[in-house]
Amino acid sequence: MAQLNMVQAINQALGDEMARDDRVVLLGEDVGRDGGVFRVTEGLLERFGAERVLDTPLAESAIMGAAIGMAAYGLRPVPEIQFMGFTYSAFEQLFAHAARLRSRSRGRYSCPMVVRTPYGGGIKAPELHEESTESIYCQIPGLKVVAPSGPYTAKGLLLAALRDPDPVLFLEPTRLYRLLREEVPEGDYVLELGRARLARAGGAVTVIAWGSMLERVLKSVEGYDADVVDLLTLNPFDIEAILGSVRKTGRVVIVQEAAKTCGLGAEIAATIAEEAILHLRAPILRVTAPDVPVPLGKLIDHYLPSPERIRAALDEVLQY
Amino acid sequence: MPEELLATYEVRRLGVLDPNGEVDQALMPELPDAEIWRMYQLMVLSRTFDERAVSLQREGRLGTYPPIRGQEAAQVGSAFALAPSDWVFPSFREMGAHLTLGCPIPQLLQYWTGDERAQKVPAHLNIFPFCVAVGSQIPHAVGAALAVRYRRDPVAVVAYFGDGATSKGDFHEAMNLAGVFTLPIVFICQNNQWAISVPLKNQTASGSLAQKALAYGFDGVQVDGNDVFAVYRATKQALEKAKSGGGPTLIECLTYRMADHTTADDAGRYRSNEEVAAWRDRDPILRLERFLAARELWSVEKGDEEKGRATGVIDAAVREMEAMPPPGAAELFDGVQAKLTPRQEEQKRGR
Repeated sequence: MAQLNMVQAINQALGDEMARDDRVVLLGEDVGRDGGVFRVTEGLLERFGAERVLDTPLAESAIMGAAIGMAAYGLRPVPEIQFMGFTYSAFEQLFAHAARLRSRSRGRYSCPMVVRTPYGGGIKAPELHEESTESIYCQIPGLKVVAPSGPYTAKGLLLAALRDPDPVLFLEPTRLYRLLREEVPEGDYVLELGRARLARAGGAVTVIAWGSMLERVLKSVEGYDADVVDLLTLNPFDIEAILGSVRKTGRVVIVQEAAKTCGLGAEIAATIAEEAILHLRAPILRVTAPDVPVPLGKLIDHYLPSPERIRAALDEVLQY
Repeated sequence: MPEELLATYEVRRLGVLDPNGEVDQALMPELPDAEIWRMYQLMVLSRTFDERAVSLQREGRLGTYPPIRGQEAAQVGSAFALAPSDWVFPSFREMGAHLTLGCPIPQLLQYWTGDERAQKVPAHLNIFPFCVAVGSQIPHAVGAALAVRYRRDPVAVVAYFGDGATSKGDFHEAMNLAGVFTLPIVFICQNNQWAISVPLKNQTASGSLAQKALAYGFDGVQVDGNDVFAVYRATKQALEKAKSGGGPTLIECLTYRMADHTTADDAGRYRSNEEVAAWRDRDPILRLERFLAARELWSVEKGDEEKGRATGVIDAAVREMEAMPPPGAAELFDGVQAKLTPRQEEQKRGR
């Protein structure tokens, strides 16, 4: 098995699926000749041609809207939005159309597409290049939201997303693109959407994290008897995996990169309170960014949940 | 460096049938009398549908409804030029196009009762669901045209929208994309000159909507939108061009919204009776009747007979629509996703 970083793993998944299924077509800004600004689609234009790797004008709403039309016509488009902060221009298309097309046409049309976008902070990029607003997208019925946490999960989840009959927002943690290398099988494998992964087994406390935060959480829990649940799919998230761990440990820390209020952590905490409150021995704690706009690089380390804050939360719940 | 003239542009306007019912023979499309009569039938059917829909709303039997009165030629004329394999992306005010394309009438009425089951377009029709978010369907049409090009299918794609939509970003982004990729698409703008209370002059400073195409590198033409032959001719030509690799066309059908924006609107608040009255004599159906009468194909009696036939068709459709059982709560979940999530399954069971 090859050691790959996440960029290579995603590139491999895209290339394999394009070779397997001629309905898969990429479109977006700079995805062709440039191979994407992070080089995730490098080499695919040469391999599959300009009809399957479309360099589009700079127009996110048209990219998303056109992908909807392509999907309805029978293709499996993979629109790339260059950074999550630019998905806001395409929000109406995603919310009002992609996520609703199957429902509002009562199944006559569907929208099987994977919207890829890099997300998350810590890469010293300009404004709106380090957003983490996944919870906004988790409030859209009909849309799945997926966030891999490393090269292995990225490939398996992307292959699953590309074969899903409905639209999937695929959030690629930018900071981890080249930070981690893992063994990634060369062949075909899928990680079922909607299933979490136990990234580390422990008995005293459950830590729930996803995407960009998982690597930081795994480092932070060294020395603790922690169960770490890697969510992988953010909507629908794996309620049973969460409850299984919570019933075992009775203590919960949720680590999310996004701002606190109305974040995904709130939904997870509410679900635990509804389903497993009698198993809890301590309050559910959230380690999140503050409720402020994502700052530029000089302040980003004060914004992102730090290992120190994660460990402080662990210490607090373990006191009960 | 001296200043140079970089480019000059022309915008053309097409009219075939004038308000008196006289045609320009050189421009008259080749249509047998039976086809022209079919156009007339569809325009009468569209108006009858529309009048009934408004009265059903007034009686509380239909929800809010956007009338098409005055736009029958723009809708029937354009849809008449389409092949069954062509794809259509409508807005919400093209019921005349739906009727022309053969959309079941009970189902059209059912949608306007607020029953979204009616958005399940029959499998033999390539029509997208009604699009209420103004202009947001135009990129979908462009995407379908990209797919058509990729598949090398012998079809074209049509996007319908109104004058208001030409102010939206999606219109411009989609037009630009269509131009860049030389796509097989026809943009049909029904310029009815009012977007609720905003008149055309407040919608754009452009001298026409057709000329907006020039900025994206393809042809735009304004046609007399109350002239069914001009609309048909322009659409037919644009479809042939699209299918032969010639790229997109924008057709601006200059017409007039004779009724309120919707049944929830009162146009008397923002426009004069005189303005509306001036358009009455340019009525698209009246115009076609004058043409047909001059050819001795139409008389008051034949017109009444046709209107009676349309009334019968609509009566039957209303009966069929009203006999449909209402949707049940579980149908909230129909088609939300191919497979419901565990939480949705619980909610469907009432938890």
